[in-house]
Amino acid sequence: MWLAAAGLTLARAASAQELRPYTITGDSIAESLTGAPGDAVHGRALVLERTSTCILCHSGPFPEEKFQGDLAPSLAGAGSRWSIGQLRLRLVEASRLNPATIMPSYYRVDGLERVGTAWRGKPILTAEQIEDIVAYLATLRD
Amino acid sequence: MKLIRTIAVAGLLLAAGFAVPRLCATEIPQAERRSGYTFMSPDTKAIQDDDTANPGMLWVLDGEALWKRKTGTADKACADCHEDARASMKGLAARYPAYDKTLGRPVNLEQRINLCRAQHQQATPLPYESRDLLALTAFVAQQSRGMPITAGADPQLEPFVAKGRDTFMRRQGQLNLGCTNCHNDNWDKHLAGSAVTQALPTGYPLYRLEWQSLGSLQRRLRNCMTGMRTQIYDYGAPELVELELYLMSRAHDMPIETPAVRP
Ligand code: HEC
Ligand code: HEC
Repeated sequence: MWLAAAGLTLARAASAQELRPYTITGDSIAESLTGAPGDAVHGRALVLERTSTCILCHSGPFPEEKFQGDLAPSLAGAGSRWSIGQLRLRLVEASRLNPATIMPSYYRVDGLERVGTAWRGKPILTAEQIEDIVAYLATLRD
Repeated sequence: MKLIRTIAVAGLLLAAGFAVPRLCATEIPQAERRSGYTFMSPDTKAIQDDDTANPGMLWVLDGEALWKRKTGTADKACADCHEDARASMKGLAARYPAYDKTLGRPVNLEQRINLCRAQHQQATPLPYESRDLLALTAFVAQQSRGMPITAGADPQLEPFVAKGRDTFMRRQGQLNLGCTNCHNDNWDKHLAGSAVTQALPTGYPLYRLEWQSLGSLQRRLRNCMTGMRTQIYDYGAPELVELELYLMSRAHDMPIETPAVRP
C-alpha cells in the first residue's frame, strides 16, 4: 500500500514542476524537502504570519498573539507527540493521514478545484518554509 | 417528500454496505439553528437592538427617500407603482431570491430592484454595493423585519437550491475547504478571533463593523471565498444567487433582522 502511495507522489511531483519530489514512508517523510534542516526561529515567525494560515485554526505557545483559532488542537507539545518526519508529512499532505481533515495540504498543487488566479499552480508554502516550520514545531516539547 | 427521498437513499446505501450518515449528519438540526446575532458580544447586540444606534438605519432612511424619488426616462418612482412600501413590500424579502419567469432562474432582491429600474423606470441599473442599491434593498428588506424566511419553498426553485447546496458542500480553493467544513462542522469554534457561526443569512444587507459600511450577502460570500483562496464569482453570478438561495432555505422560518449588525 505505501509503495503505491509513493508511486502516486512521484507522478504528482512530475506534473507540478516546481514541487520537489519526496518519498512517503509509513506515516512520515523522512528526508528534508530541501536537503537541509530548517531554521526554527524563522519557522516560529512563519507560523504566526496570517498568510501561513496556521493560527487561523490552531493555538499554541504564542503569548503575544491575541487571536488564535480553536478549530484544531493546540500546537503546544507537537514536537513531543510527533517526529520530524511525521510533522513534515502532516504539513505536506495532512489528508494522507486523515482524508476528512480540514487541514490544508501545504505542498500540493493538483487535485484542487477553482483555485484563485493569484494562488493557482503554487503550493501554499514553499519547501523552505515547510522545513523552517517543521524545525520550529520539533522544538515544541512538553 | 424530501425526507422520504433521504430515507430511501439512506436505505439504498445501507443495502449496498456503506456506512450511511456522513453527508446528512453534518447538517445542522432545525432546533439547533442560531442566527449570527446570538454569537455576538452584548455590545454589538446592543447596536443592532437600538434603531437610533444601528448605523444600518441610515441606509434604510436613504432607501425610503429613493423609494419616493422619480427617476429614469419613465420619470417614475418605486412608490408610483408600489405605493406604500410598508404594505406592498411586507414579507417580500423573506421570499427572496425568487423565481423570475422571464429569465427562468432565481433573482435576488438587488437584481429585482434593478429589473424594475430597467423595465418600469427605464433607468440604468445601480451597481452592486453602491450606496443607492444597498439603501433601496435595506429599505425593502426592513419591511420584512421579524417575518419568517420562506425563500426556496417554490418548487420551481428546487434545482437551483440543489446547485447552491452543491457549492456549499464542495471543497474548493487553494485551502481545499468547503463552506460546510466551517459552517456545518465547526460553527461552535473560532477562526482566529472570529466566531465561525452557522452562515444563516437572516439580516442582509447588514452593517459590518469590519467594513464600516452596509454590505450585501454576496459581499460576505465573496469575503469567505477570498479566505478560501478560490476563484471568486462576480457580483450577480448565477452561482452566487444559487448559494444565497440555498443559505436562505437553510434559514427557513427564522425571522428577518435587516438591517442587522455583525462584527
Ligand atoms: C483549516 C484548519 C487548519 C489549518 C489552517 C492548519 N491546520 Fe493543522 N490541523 C488541523 C486539524 C483539524 C488537525 C487535527 C488532525 C486532523 O484533522 O488531521 C490538525 C493537526 C495538526 C498537527 C498535529 C497536531 C497534534 O499534535 O496532534 C500539527 C503539527 C499541525 N496541524 C500543524 C499545522 C501548521 C504548522 C499549520 C500551518 C502551516 C496548520 N497546521 C494549519 C487544522 C488546520
Ligand atoms: C475557514 C472557515 C470558513 C469557510 C471555509 C467559510 N466561511 Fe463563512 N464565515 C467564516 C467566519 C469566521 C465568518 C464570520 C462570522 C462573523 O463574524 O459574522 C463567516 C461568515 C459567513 C456568513 C455571515 C453570517 C452572518 O451572520 O451574517 C455567511 C452567510 C457565510 N460565512 C457563508 C459562507 C459560504 C457560503 C462559504 C463557502 C463559499 C463560507 N462561508 C466559507 C468562516 C468560514
